[in-house]
Amino acid sequence: MNKEWPLWEVFIRSKAGLHHQHVGSLHAADSEMALENARDVYTRRQEGVSIWVVQSNSIIASNPEENTSFFDPAEDKIYRHPTFYELPDELKHM
Amino acid sequence: MTAKEKNFEALFQAKIDQEIKIEAKDWMPDAYRKTLVRQISQHAHSEIVGMLPEGNWITRAPSLRRKIGLLAKVQDEAGHGLYLYSAAETLGTTRGQMMDALNEGKAKYSSIFNYPTITWADIGAVGWLVDGAAILNQVMLTRTSYGPYARAMVRICKEESFHQRQGFDIMMSLCNGTAEQKAMAQDALNRWWWPSLMMFGPSDAESQHSEQSMIWKIKRKSNDTLRQQFVDATVDQAKILGITIPDPDLSWNEEKGHYDFGAIDWDEFWQVVKGNGICNRDRLKARRAAYITNGKWVRDAAIAYAEKKQQRDISKVA
Ligand SMILES: [Fe+2]
Ligand SMILES: [Fe+2]
Repeated sequence: MNKEWPLWEVFIRSKAGLHHQHVGSLHAADSEMALENARDVYTRRQEGVSIWVVQSNSIIASNPEENTSFFDPAEDKIYRHPTFYELPDELKHM
Repeated sequence: MTAKEKNFEALFQAKIDQEIKIEAKDWMPDAYRKTLVRQISQHAHSEIVGMLPEGNWITRAPSLRRKIGLLAKVQDEAGHGLYLYSAAETLGTTRGQMMDALNEGKAKYSSIFNYPTITWADIGAVGWLVDGAAILNQVMLTRTSYGPYARAMVRICKEESFHQRQGFDIMMSLCNGTAEQKAMAQDALNRWWWPSLMMFGPSDAESQHSEQSMIWKIKRKSNDTLRQQFVDATVDQAKILGITIPDPDLSWNEEKGHYDFGAIDWDEFWQVVKGNGICNRDRLKARRAAYITNGKWVRDAAIAYAEKKQQRDISKVA
């Protein structure tokens, strides 16, 4: 038998109130081992309070070669930003 | 090269020049990809093989405090290997391919790990000098142009700082100890000094990959620049320890604002690179035993178990 263990992506919540964030990847035979390995490698110094692991081949990614057209819809919508709207001089904050 | 490729290559270099990181799925020249796979996998192998000379002393550390410190450091190095293998895998190579290349003696790793750790003082010298030298290189690499490699380096550098201190702390204890202990520290410095300087690689004039790597911003400082940085930082540390760097030509150059140092024995360096160092054969033997003789059946059993469990789960649902 010459099978490699599948690749997993690891996401960690560093403390309550924050998002899980991608920290890296690892190989493991199953999800249980992936979680334990992630704990041992990525939280050796208490870097996390929660871990997600997901098999890398389950992730669908956008294609960077199509970035221009893919992200095009947001390009010309400056009115989605507060600076598009002018305030009267006497109004300091809004 | 087709006109389309030329255009891609120009866009690629423009991104590099603008300090935009290259990510795994972005277009990149084949040679950039190959250079990275070679460099990152060699770097990963160095972390893994690097555990051997230090692992050699874990069971014989002189106190529990020293033992847990060394154990934690060696564990970190295993993690560093993993971060780097993962970064290399984003470029299309596989873990198995990299392992085979190492085990078959086709891949290189840092030559420093082909020197033996014969006394406890060597563990001090390795942390202080070898990790110290590695850190300078790795701090530079946190700004390398390939995103996954740069991110692995940030993580690694955070962990490295304790490694060098751990080694220096061992040297401090020995240098403040008995005359015999201090002599051990001096002996370790004598043996590790020159190989540590060689860690930065051949001089700029001789270095075959350097120029292109600088253009691609894989590297950002030349071998000689980093080596000089290391010498300048380490001389004062040796003074604090009260031991002598084994180089009669070492002297402060007021004009340059740097230390001058003696000629490096490059014949020795190339001998070790070619496989004729003291421990080259031992290191490969140990790696093969770990991966093949003692490791393969464990990996196979874990896969078989995972597949069986999955089958069971499927039949439960059905
Ligand atoms: Fe390391
Ligand atoms: Fe280290």
